[in-house]
Amino acid sequence: MTNRFKGGVHPDYSKDTSTQAIRGLQPAESLILSLSQHIGAPSRPEVSVGERVLKYQPIASPGGFVSMALHSPISGTVKAIEPAPHPSGRFVTAIIIEPDGLDETLDLTDKADPGLARGPQAWRETIRDSGIVGMGGAAFPTHVKMSPPEDKPIDMIVANGAECEPYLTADHRLMLESPDEILGGLFLAMEIVGAKKAVVAIEANKLDAAEVMRKADLPEGVSVEILPVVYPQGAEKQLIQALTGREVPTGGLPMDVGIVVQNVGTLAAMDQAVREGRPMVERVMTLGGPLPNGPGNYLVPIGTPLSHVVEQTGGLKGPAARLINGGPMMGQALAGLDSPVTKGTSGLLAFGPGELRQLRQRACFRCGSCVKVCPASLLPHTLGNLVEFQVFDQLREFNISDCIECGSCAYVCPADRNMVQFIRQGKAELLAMTGK
Amino acid sequence: MIMSTVLAPSPHIRSSVTIETAMYGVIIALLPGAFVGAYYFGLNALKVIALSIIACLAFEAMVLKIRGKDMSPLKDGSAILTGLLLAMNLPSNIPWWMIVVGAVVAIGIGKHVYGGLGYNPFNPALVARVFLLISFPVAMTSWPVPKPLSFSLDTVTGATPLGDMKTSLLLEGNIGAAANMNLVDPLIGNLGGSLGEIGALALAIGGVYLIVKKIITWHIPISFLITVFGMTGIYWLIDPQKYAPPTFHLVTGGLMLGAFFMATDYVTSPITGKGMIIFGVGCGVITVFIRLFGGYPEGVSFAILLMNAVTPIIDRYTRPRVFGYPTRKEARA
Repeated sequence: MTNRFKGGVHPDYSKDTSTQAIRGLQPAESLILSLSQHIGAPSRPEVSVGERVLKYQPIASPGGFVSMALHSPISGTVKAIEPAPHPSGRFVTAIIIEPDGLDETLDLTDKADPGLARGPQAWRETIRDSGIVGMGGAAFPTHVKMSPPEDKPIDMIVANGAECEPYLTADHRLMLESPDEILGGLFLAMEIVGAKKAVVAIEANKLDAAEVMRKADLPEGVSVEILPVVYPQGAEKQLIQALTGREVPTGGLPMDVGIVVQNVGTLAAMDQAVREGRPMVERVMTLGGPLPNGPGNYLVPIGTPLSHVVEQTGGLKGPAARLINGGPMMGQALAGLDSPVTKGTSGLLAFGPGELRQLRQRACFRCGSCVKVCPASLLPHTLGNLVEFQVFDQLREFNISDCIECGSCAYVCPADRNMVQFIRQGKAELLAMTGK
Repeated sequence: MIMSTVLAPSPHIRSSVTIETAMYGVIIALLPGAFVGAYYFGLNALKVIALSIIACLAFEAMVLKIRGKDMSPLKDGSAILTGLLLAMNLPSNIPWWMIVVGAVVAIGIGKHVYGGLGYNPFNPALVARVFLLISFPVAMTSWPVPKPLSFSLDTVTGATPLGDMKTSLLLEGNIGAAANMNLVDPLIGNLGGSLGEIGALALAIGGVYLIVKKIITWHIPISFLITVFGMTGIYWLIDPQKYAPPTFHLVTGGLMLGAFFMATDYVTSPITGKGMIIFGVGCGVITVFIRLFGGYPEGVSFAILLMNAVTPIIDRYTRPRVFGYPTRKEARA
């Protein structure tokens, strides 16, 4: 049974790249493997400058429980460990590797478990050691999600194939081309947390993907659900509400209602890690927007500079006015293409001058559009006004921390108010005021 | 490649709906009603509309200049809409200088003393209308008799049906003939009144257009109209000699104009559907009490302004339950 979450918007989906099969690229001249490409503590480098590394070799270890291991996507030499461009716009310490073109790989035989004989506990460790993080964009370490405490039994895994962000088609292509890997990962996830049920959730604008998944060898207890096309269908809490009617309590996690949500790309990576022993060293990303000459879906080694992705695919049609790391609703604007593909890079979008509407922010005239579309049932206009007029102490009363920053309010705002920016600022001000 | 990228916050795409979409949408929806006014009150009506809009734009420009703001709000359509709404709330034979006074009150006192569009607690056009009604009661209630396609500027004045009814009640103790008139005339606009309030059907068509275009929702107009219909219906059933039929109340006076175009003003009405229904019912109750028991024959303007005043309180008590918090039922359990 599918419900509808409250609110949401219907942007122009522009998923033109959904017909483009996933392709590989020539390797870049150097890879930037940032030590912070996930939520949590930075990874700890385990190699030194000048050292030769093999493909799949671990080069950094987790810097804490909520952290991540890092592996070399290619054989080559560690050129430097130094601050390097990062999608955030800051310089963040990264391991720079120069490929040697030999493509020598680490022997994975003792890591691989092709017959799935080792059992859930070992699989969870493999997932942790393989540096897998959520590939939907937030890049939360997967092994943490797969380690619910004893008092929170999980009855259902959700494979998130909603891909509700406009332009992005990486998950869509992965579902079409690698359904067995996704379902393999789904089976592993069910085994690891002891869930009897699982749902593959797909938005109705990807019926071909749903068809492929249904025809694939579905593990017992797995069903494919088609969801209405509405943004943010793929947001964890909204997805769970749509599928089960359960509401994740405020401040809580999906595991509080017995559910773990994993992006389909993450599940495929789990399957590769467990069966083949391959750590996460590459990902599928969409190159989209009106500007690239070679829009499409590309399998890219982690650490590849975005400029390399663009150059390899034919460059841009003209100067870019907006570059977006991720989707247009929640993605981050980039100052340039120097930063690398990270494990959370679902796409790179490029727009030329005049291709995005010029904004003119004005006073809120209380039209109520934001209230209608807010999937968290907040009063975004009030939050925006409170921040604008610096009444920070009332932000908590209006539940600012329940905002998921999906951007629906700003998308519909006729006064072009930068609601998400206001809300982020408000959260930061509260943090500064109270430490919470 | 030379790039000059913009580091704007997400979301990077926006819907094409802007303040202008709403303002000009309402203006378009008002045109059928304005057309009916021009049909029955001729050139005079057109003159009032033109002068009111020009005066509002002029004062908007002047106040923006005084406040040291840029002139871009002139183009957002809000001053034009205020001018058009003010005109539609005036009799077509009103002296020109009163229109100018009305425009000063609407733009200056109704809107900009609070900070301009978005900050005004009361509907600016209604503030001006009520100001004029109280200051110049004779000019504001000398209603020209409708005369189709008249280009003469001389007019004969008479009363509105609601005014006739009130007089009859005072003098004769019953509602008189006006209240039992056929309903075709008020529907098509063939009756005395403010130049933009007479064509009930044309106004309702404009209102439906606003709902279909999703510029307004049904909550305020429907709850307002149902309340007026229901309450006047109950009184009519109790004593049809003293109370007019609910259908009469529905199509006369400023009800259609008020319910669809004035009570629904975004800035001055509640923000949630629940709040809007409370607001609409409140407008209806006050309108009925003024019409049936008050000193004025018509109460729509006062009702809306009074409800504007309680909008912040309504908003406060109709906040939606935030995702992930217990429902009221769960909280009690």
